[in-house]
Amino acid sequence: MEFFRISRTIPFMRYALVFNVISLVTFLTAVGFLAFRGLNLSIEFTGGTVMEASFRGPADLEAIRTAIAARETGDFQVQSFGSANDVLIRLPARAGFTSGQQAEQVFATLTAHPNAGEAEGCAALHADYARFIQLPAPERTPEASAPLLAAQASLTGKCVELRRVEYVGPQVGGELAQDGSMALFMVVIGIAIYLALRFEKKFSAAAIIANLHDVVLVIGMFSIFRWEFSLPVLAAVLAVLGYSVNESVIIFDRVREHFRTMRKASVVEVIDSAITATISRTIITHGATLTMTVTMLLFGGPALHNFALALTLGILFGVYSSVFVAAAIAKYLGVQRSDLVRAVKEERTIPTP
Amino acid sequence: MNRYPLWKYLIIVAALAFGVLYTVPNFYGESPAVQIASIKATIHADTTLLGRVQESLQRAGIAQQGLSLEIIGQNPTIRIRFADADTQGRAREMLDHELNPERNDPSYIIAPNLLSSTPGWLQHIRALPMYLGLDLRGGVHFLMQVDLQEAITKRLQTTEGDLRTLLRDKDVRHAGISRDGEHLIVRFRDAATRTQAMGVIRDANADLALRETGTEAEPLIEAQLTPVARTAVQDNALKQNITTLKNRINELGVAEPVIQQQGADRVVVELPGVQDTARAKNIIGRTATLEARLVDVSPEGAAATGGAVPAPFGSERFTVGRGTPVVLRKDVIFSGQQLQGAQATFDERQQAAVSIELNEAAGRIMRQVTRENLKKPMAVVLFERGRGEVLTVATIQSEFGSRFQITGLGNTQTANDLALLLRAGALAAPMQIIEERLIGPSLGAANIDSGFRSTEFGFAAVSVFMIVYYVLFGAVSVLALAINLLLLVAVLSLLQATLTLPGIAAIAFTLGMAIDANVLINERIREELRKGTLPQQAIAQGYERAFATILDSNVTTLIAGIFLFMLGSGPVRGFAVVHVLGILTSIFSAVFVSRGIVNLLYGSRRRLQSVAIGQIWRPDSGTGSSARG
Repeated sequence: MEFFRISRTIPFMRYALVFNVISLVTFLTAVGFLAFRGLNLSIEFTGGTVMEASFRGPADLEAIRTAIAARETGDFQVQSFGSANDVLIRLPARAGFTSGQQAEQVFATLTAHPNAGEAEGCAALHADYARFIQLPAPERTPEASAPLLAAQASLTGKCVELRRVEYVGPQVGGELAQDGSMALFMVVIGIAIYLALRFEKKFSAAAIIANLHDVVLVIGMFSIFRWEFSLPVLAAVLAVLGYSVNESVIIFDRVREHFRTMRKASVVEVIDSAITATISRTIITHGATLTMTVTMLLFGGPALHNFALALTLGILFGVYSSVFVAAAIAKYLGVQRSDLVRAVKEERTIPTP
Repeated sequence: MNRYPLWKYLIIVAALAFGVLYTVPNFYGESPAVQIASIKATIHADTTLLGRVQESLQRAGIAQQGLSLEIIGQNPTIRIRFADADTQGRAREMLDHELNPERNDPSYIIAPNLLSSTPGWLQHIRALPMYLGLDLRGGVHFLMQVDLQEAITKRLQTTEGDLRTLLRDKDVRHAGISRDGEHLIVRFRDAATRTQAMGVIRDANADLALRETGTEAEPLIEAQLTPVARTAVQDNALKQNITTLKNRINELGVAEPVIQQQGADRVVVELPGVQDTARAKNIIGRTATLEARLVDVSPEGAAATGGAVPAPFGSERFTVGRGTPVVLRKDVIFSGQQLQGAQATFDERQQAAVSIELNEAAGRIMRQVTRENLKKPMAVVLFERGRGEVLTVATIQSEFGSRFQITGLGNTQTANDLALLLRAGALAAPMQIIEERLIGPSLGAANIDSGFRSTEFGFAAVSVFMIVYYVLFGAVSVLALAINLLLLVAVLSLLQATLTLPGIAAIAFTLGMAIDANVLINERIREELRKGTLPQQAIAQGYERAFATILDSNVTTLIAGIFLFMLGSGPVRGFAVVHVLGILTSIFSAVFVSRGIVNLLYGSRRRLQSVAIGQIWRPDSGTGSSARG
């Protein structure tokens, strides 16, 4: 079986201008969104509290919002998470509250307004819980919390369950944001240095520009659709940057090879034939990697959703930019046969004196 | 040309053996166990207790499957395995009853736990299951910021007092000592006195950097801690805080707590399986106080020691700890806040001792008390949750001030323990929780499930595609991919690197990238065949030519992985670890191992006409022609 039966060179460069205009427009749109709308940063960057609560039946988001609004003054968010039963609540950091206190009180609010269907079984537990959190800290002994935990265990799956609480102090958030930008910067520099060593200047510049364009597009998508941008998403973006830069390297390797073998062809013809020669491989390898990321997107659950989304988008944009953008940029930068072929000759002559 | 020398096959076999050996513990599952640790500062779980536990279990007719005494985070712990959860529950109840006769004042914490049922010989070669992060097993995570500035301030306060005494003792007249930020400023009336003071202070205190400032009319000495001393103070404060946290957390009965320094001034606390954050925070944030008091040696006090008569007015009776029962006076000589340091050392007769350093104020009181109470006993008590535990009872041998030794402790172990307890009673510097994460156990389980499920599905989909598209070579690729997974899990288990949910995602992503290498190789081989190269030649060329590309692709991803590891924290670091390790194992398996398998299949055939790598389509013929002949 062979999917790609390409008998003649596909004239990729003929449409280069169209694609470059599309790229430029989408790139500028992404930059515009990032500049004016910014990212929907997770609490890891901004500081604050996020809590995930699981209800027995579909959660009434509006009722939850109203209940929390009575207590919280800030700009909190309530959204369903994964399924209709699970709710994710994000609370901005609030002065005068230490870690966890805010979440505890909001959870008390949630339990005070049980969903239909769980009111009966849970009323007692909720009352106990409300009493417990009113206790001063020294009185919250294991003896005091034991019946509560026992009651909760016996009611598993019937009442609101607090599945996750994360609190990030403002100073940590700032640091993580700083470390994140630092990581992005260092990865770009590291890859640029590697490409410069490995390759001819114009090609490494073209590859870096093309792949930074992907990174901006992926992050831009997160801005446009208000998807939550968290640390794992940043990690995914960086990993995918390292992965997709390679695609440009492969195409440029072929370009160099074809400059040597196709002596009479023009620059455009050489680039076209190089991309055509690698397109089957490009699609199959990325198809395999995409299979993994898409299954992660489909079956990985809500916790991995945005992470897998960033990987998937990153790979798609990576393929696009390597095929349609990188080579065109190299052409605009004025890459010529002499840039590469001479370099190759030198490489060959130096080791054998 | 497609033959491996024997040693290459031996490497592959060794790698496989390593992979299987270290992956296997992940499949053994866990067996219920009961864990016993002391919550008293002065009691330790030891072999005597081990014997007692064994005997009690035998007497009660409860079958156990293994008993061990291990040191877990400085705390000796007894672990007993059982066949099922039911036996575990019965044993726990029985042991709780047996070991803690006083319900209100338990000595031991008896906690249920799950232990890996990996056989002993595997555990012996450090083959253990992967270490799961909190997002997979559920539990609480705290990141605490230690206020080291406060530790410095405390230290400067003491030094200020010390300087005062020093100058008074040496008869150097000063016009006042004050503290300004991190500087101590000593005022003088004339420059000559200042010069004299410089010499005195320099001789007495090597931790201070001195500078002469001020005017002719008002000469000053500006003193501040030397960078070395400053660092030492901060390091000690952090260590002391960590020790204190460890002691407190042991009490929670958490199976495998993690208490680690992170960066210069932070401490990470991870308590797997703990759900009650309020209680955990309560215990972590608790303040213990240390008090030194005189033993009541009056006849009434002596009479009350046995407990027959109540303790006289102004005294109380202590029954817990070393040297008890004992009746102590209620007046406090010094408290934990005034304790500057406690170190295990040796006295002049080379016997184990603990040297103690108090601050100036406490030293002055101590001098007076010891002068008045020569040859009388004194005790140090640790108060926690309103209950006192006597750490030591010692006789005052001479008159002393802020520095003295507690001797007659028997062995160095006791001295070390006491020094630790004296130090660890209180936090050296205030701490604040700056990050908190609670993951419910059901969420942890759900995360594991979805993480592994997506990896499995992805693996299956990729396998099917590879085999359909590349036939035998596809099968070889899938086998190499499976070996990659095996090695990756083995390395992760061996290093006991923390596996987080992004870590599982990284496994999936790495597998996707690893198959990339095999696609590259197979495409190259096809290309060579398309050109009409002979099969053996095509295989060799395909592997060689693809290698440069594979290396390129992995180097760039490795760069990203390494920076992520350096700058990431928590789950992201988990992702980076798996990613980097996965890249390394994938180069080995996708190139070296898969070549080995292909060589084994085809290498020995002399006149190889075709290879099963799927249909090769040639543009010139226009029709498909199978390479399978």
